[in-house]
Amino acid sequence: MNGAEKIRVENLTKFFINGKTAVSALENVNLTVNDGEFLCVVGPSGCGKTTMLRILAGLEKPTSGRVHINAKAAGVPSTAVVFQGDSIFPWMRVVENVEYGLKLRGVPLKERRAVAMEHLKKMGLERFAYLYPYQLSGGMKQRVNVARAFACDPEILLMDEPFGALDEQNRLLLQQELLRIWEENCKTTVFITHSIDEALLLGDKILVMTAQPGKVKALLDVKIPRPRDIILIKSSPVFIELYKEIWDLLKEEVLKARNIK
Amino acid sequence: MNTTEERLSQNRASLGKEFWLKTFSFLSPLFLLFLWEALAALKLVDVRLFSSPSRIFKTLIPLVLSGELIYHTLISTMRIALGFLAGAIPGVALGLSMGLFPSVRALLMPLVAVTFPIPKLAIMPLILIVFGLGESSKIFTIAIGVFYLVLINTMAGVLNIDPIYIDVAKSFKASRIQFYTTVAFPGALPMIFAGLKLGMGTALLLIVAAELSAAKAGVGWMIWRAYDMFDIERMFCSLIVLAFLGFVFSYLLDFLEKIVIPWKKR
Ligand SMILES: Nc1ncnc2c1ncn2[C@@H]1O[C@H](COP(=O)(O)OP(=O)(O)OP(=O)(O)O)[C@@H](O)[C@H]1O
Ligand SMILES: [Mg+2]
Repeated sequence: MNGAEKIRVENLTKFFINGKTAVSALENVNLTVNDGEFLCVVGPSGCGKTTMLRILAGLEKPTSGRVHINAKAAGVPSTAVVFQGDSIFPWMRVVENVEYGLKLRGVPLKERRAVAMEHLKKMGLERFAYLYPYQLSGGMKQRVNVARAFACDPEILLMDEPFGALDEQNRLLLQQELLRIWEENCKTTVFITHSIDEALLLGDKILVMTAQPGKVKALLDVKIPRPRDIILIKSSPVFIELYKEIWDLLKEEVLKARNIK
Repeated sequence: MNTTEERLSQNRASLGKEFWLKTFSFLSPLFLLFLWEALAALKLVDVRLFSSPSRIFKTLIPLVLSGELIYHTLISTMRIALGFLAGAIPGVALGLSMGLFPSVRALLMPLVAVTFPIPKLAIMPLILIVFGLGESSKIFTIAIGVFYLVLINTMAGVLNIDPIYIDVAKSFKASRIQFYTTVAFPGALPMIFAGLKLGMGTALLLIVAAELSAAKAGVGWMIWRAYDMFDIERMFCSLIVLAFLGFVFSYLLDFLEKIVIPWKKR
């Protein structure tokens, strides 16, 4: 893993104006993500995780502060997003959804279709390539959502609870698959999740955020060696210790978040 | 085994139910016709005003065989088709641009909002003065009715596209043109079709009104002519044709929709 900075967030603050009241979503967030690092973000609901991801993706402007993304290769998109919830286009077939990013970059049909099919295969969806989204289950749609981001081969992957809507078995399988794919090429990744298990399983670092307005509460190193085994690591002492540490941090914030409302 | 048996019999039961429902919807109009005929025969309804199915049928056959009815039907169909296209094409084009460009919307929305509520029938005399008594006035009347409905639905279709799809396009760095072709247009298609269907209903309404004034042929003209001659049977024959036209056109639109929007859950 090389140590070059890939993402730097400086004093990031974001307000939303809802009518007359201003909602503070993020407050003074400072953060760096190194090249090839897998960062997991956990925090209570409504603490600004999605907002931060959207700012990193360039979909939202910071109120103040800066986000610096160190993109190098020309022609490759710097970021790709797996959105929270249902976001695949209902008017495109599954495979057309997956190859969308490549199509926009002008990759010829044959080539992009081959890439898309390969990613569908990894997600166990090749049989459904020519169906329309309304013919898929919710979990299958979410896998298409993930495949679409992977297929365009970005420098940075931004994922917003990609496995949140999946059933336990599929989630395990996809976590395993993601681990495998990721350990192959170590792509810089920011991964939002509500599951401490998932964060520990996947991440090199875990960012714990405070209740709204979101601030950095802690940034923890996950010193579990790779390649990781999804089943074995759950019983390792490091895992158990870190789990407890994160839960203690989160519990405080979740309780705080409940008291606000 | 047992469960397969059960499932089969359940299947059979639901098939049987479907059969009966189909039979009902087939029988109910027949029953009504029969009732009408019976009431007419028993002189419980005045056949001079309401005619009877058998009388209408007797008038219909020679009208069809002589080619007269077909002639008028073709003329009206032509007017509807031309008027529909003349209204729908600019309606879609303008609706898309108003949906996509806030500046175009700001420029044209007040105009549309002010002119849309004017009943199209109220401007028919004006249309006659401007376009004369020929074909163009009838086509224009239909076109203007179709135009507004298609325009407003198309614009709403673009404006109501789920923002998440816009975010996806943005996050993949879609250019403006790419955004129009991969998100805005396909996303608006269901609403465009809703507008086209509404427009078709209006077109059928307007053809009758348009052929009232200064026409020498057409189904609408036949109705008014029958009114002048007090020929109730001919009037009913023309109404049958109108119902038939409405059915065919909406069937065609449904068919087209299935081809253009195969991704819609039905
Ligand atoms: N477009 C917006 N306009 C106004 N307020 C917004 C907008 N988007 C988010 N917010 C507010 O910003 C805060 C953070 O929202 P955000 O979606 O980032 O939370 P989150 O951490 O992703 O929550 P969850 O875990 O439930 O997805 C919330 O209080 C929310 O109400
Ligand atoms: Mg969120």
